[in-house]
Amino acid sequence: MAFKNYILVCAGTACESSKGIALYEALEKELKAQGVEGEAQLVKTGCFGFCEQGPIVKILPDESFYVKVGPEHAQQIVAEHIIKGRQVKELLYDKEQAAGTSSDSIDFYQKQQRIVLRNCGVINPEFIDEYIAREGYAALEKVIFEMTGDEVIEELKAAGLRGRGGAGFPTGIKWSFTKNTESDQKYIVCNADEGDPGAYMDRSTCEGDPHSVLEAMAIAGRTVGANQGFIYIRAEYPLAIERLENAIAQAREYGLLGDNILGSDFSFDIELRLGAGAFVCGEETALLASIEGKRGMPIPRPPFPAVKGLWGQPSVINNVETWANIPMIILKGAAWFSSIGTESTKGTKVFALTGKIKNSGLIEVPMGTTLREIIYDIGGGIPSGKKFKAAQTGGPSGGVLTEEVLDTPIDYESLQAVGSMMGSGGMIVMDEDDCMIDVTKFYLEFSVDESCGKCSPCRIGGRTCYNILDKISKGQGKMEDLDTLKDLAQAMRKASLCGLGQTTPNPIMSTINYFNEEYLEHINEGKCRAGKCKDLMAYTIVEDKCIGCTACARVCPVNCISGEVKAAHVIDQDQCIKCGQCFDKCKFDAILKG
Amino acid sequence: MAKMTLEELRNLRNSKKKEMTQRDGEKSAQIVIGMGTCGIAAGAKDAFDAFLDELNSHEIKDTRITQTGCMGLCFSEPTVEVAVPDMPRVIYGNVDAEVARRIVREHIIEKKLVSDHIFDKPAADIITD
Repeated sequence: MAFKNYILVCAGTACESSKGIALYEALEKELKAQGVEGEAQLVKTGCFGFCEQGPIVKILPDESFYVKVGPEHAQQIVAEHIIKGRQVKELLYDKEQAAGTSSDSIDFYQKQQRIVLRNCGVINPEFIDEYIAREGYAALEKVIFEMTGDEVIEELKAAGLRGRGGAGFPTGIKWSFTKNTESDQKYIVCNADEGDPGAYMDRSTCEGDPHSVLEAMAIAGRTVGANQGFIYIRAEYPLAIERLENAIAQAREYGLLGDNILGSDFSFDIELRLGAGAFVCGEETALLASIEGKRGMPIPRPPFPAVKGLWGQPSVINNVETWANIPMIILKGAAWFSSIGTESTKGTKVFALTGKIKNSGLIEVPMGTTLREIIYDIGGGIPSGKKFKAAQTGGPSGGVLTEEVLDTPIDYESLQAVGSMMGSGGMIVMDEDDCMIDVTKFYLEFSVDESCGKCSPCRIGGRTCYNILDKISKGQGKMEDLDTLKDLAQAMRKASLCGLGQTTPNPIMSTINYFNEEYLEHINEGKCRAGKCKDLMAYTIVEDKCIGCTACARVCPVNCISGEVKAAHVIDQDQCIKCGQCFDKCKFDAILKG
Repeated sequence: MAKMTLEELRNLRNSKKKEMTQRDGEKSAQIVIGMGTCGIAAGAKDAFDAFLDELNSHEIKDTRITQTGCMGLCFSEPTVEVAVPDMPRVIYGNVDAEVARRIVREHIIEKKLVSDHIFDKPAADIITD
């Protein structure tokens, strides 16, 4: 027999700040004392986020969400909620809005809102019927039979949807350029060439809800007068490719792609094109060249692809996340969509939250959510009680967001104002153990590798910047190097042919701006405070503290620690590779890092 | 199915909608496994096999196992959503083969939630119809 109530207590051992275990035991005792053990099951759960508000108790089935619950509240929760069925108001997360019994009552505490990811984790992506059952292809229906192209464009403009690939260009305006350009042949292109390190929003969308992209592309085809679409996707995404291909085949079988869709005069089909993984192919002109079978190199704009794109024809090109928004905007309307977000940026943004964060994962939040809400309420904060240092957004084209902007509502403009960018949605969290010079070097190395080499500011400028950063990380930097970096950055931004070169210096400028003192420490003092730059640090054994347990010597992979049992050990600095294993192993704090 | 007309699409949508709502009120249980790249990499296929095996060994025939995409809880993959009639739907994380077997024994058979593996659904559903 099932229980009437379920008391969920977040009692994860990973959650140091929470006193969940004591609370769990108190609740257990109370259930017994008040004789209602058979009424409610007490369950320990994994992390729910909101760690600063912990311990958290959630009661099912009514979804009551209690925060800052202590063992002293156990008696009350059992007596009131379990026995009398009344919520304990003062413990509710949102005291104004009591939880109801409907499933959407979880709205009131959750920071996420899923528009793009509405079907991910809900439907079986390999069955078109499940997509159709959740209003799938209803937007296409509406566009074909009830709306004119101009009406669709007006709806998108009114909704305020902006390109989610990173640049944030208004989607409705882009479509209107293509619609208003006379041509016998037009194309619709989906950019699924996701390349930023740590970003996987588009992969998950294509894997979890491929039809949302197909439907949106068909909507664009109808709107601008195109009958052919291409999805450009990286060959490294085999599962996404498989599910897209399967989805295209099913849509064709149902007559939702192909000739005379749903018996109308509108015909539209989609094909996949696989990219070989060059980062620059995410840039739209390089992407189009690659679809045409040419080498993926950018060309100067204008003309923009919306006017002169694939094979010289007007082409709408949008990113996966932008596409996935569109069916919902058509169905629920511009007013609904524009009610979400900030003044300048409407809707939601999907972020791939990774790095030094407890609950890494794919999140979708309304624009205007603060970094603090993302990192602490959703992400659960930094593991091991370390201190937050920065979050990197925008990948190799972006910059860092520091503690100062934790409470800034996120949108395209606010991120740009602090020297970073929205980017495609990678968000890498860094803590005090991360060195900003090391991180910057990583991004530069990436951009240098991925430069196509066509224009010299990017090809030579990027390499030169990297070499200077490398010098600084080895303690060989000079003060004038910082000026050289700034000059090079300026030149690359102005003179590079495409977005790749123009934005390669962004991580440098952003870190020099916010973490100047770390650059100065590396240059003037030869010191890396995070201990990441191996040339600037050493592990040494403090003689007085070492008891000669030999643990460090046994774990050393290059056998450079010597010493007798029960006598102080010594590290051979010439042989040491600074892996830090001895430091982690020592139980007596006898090894110094620095 | 052959190519559809507008009316056929609408009929299909309505009948599938009904089917999915009915499924919620059904007598049988449902197990939905997150099988995006992240889930599979974390061992979702092992969990899938363990569910099948454990259900078979208890001769449970009316529980459906299906797959879905990524729920976004990458830190706790593989993730599984379990719906048993008259019990709240819950999401389990870190479901390896052993946890999958526990879910069948404790949740599906004994009608109790499985401790230490419940996570929160990330957001409310925007598709309400």
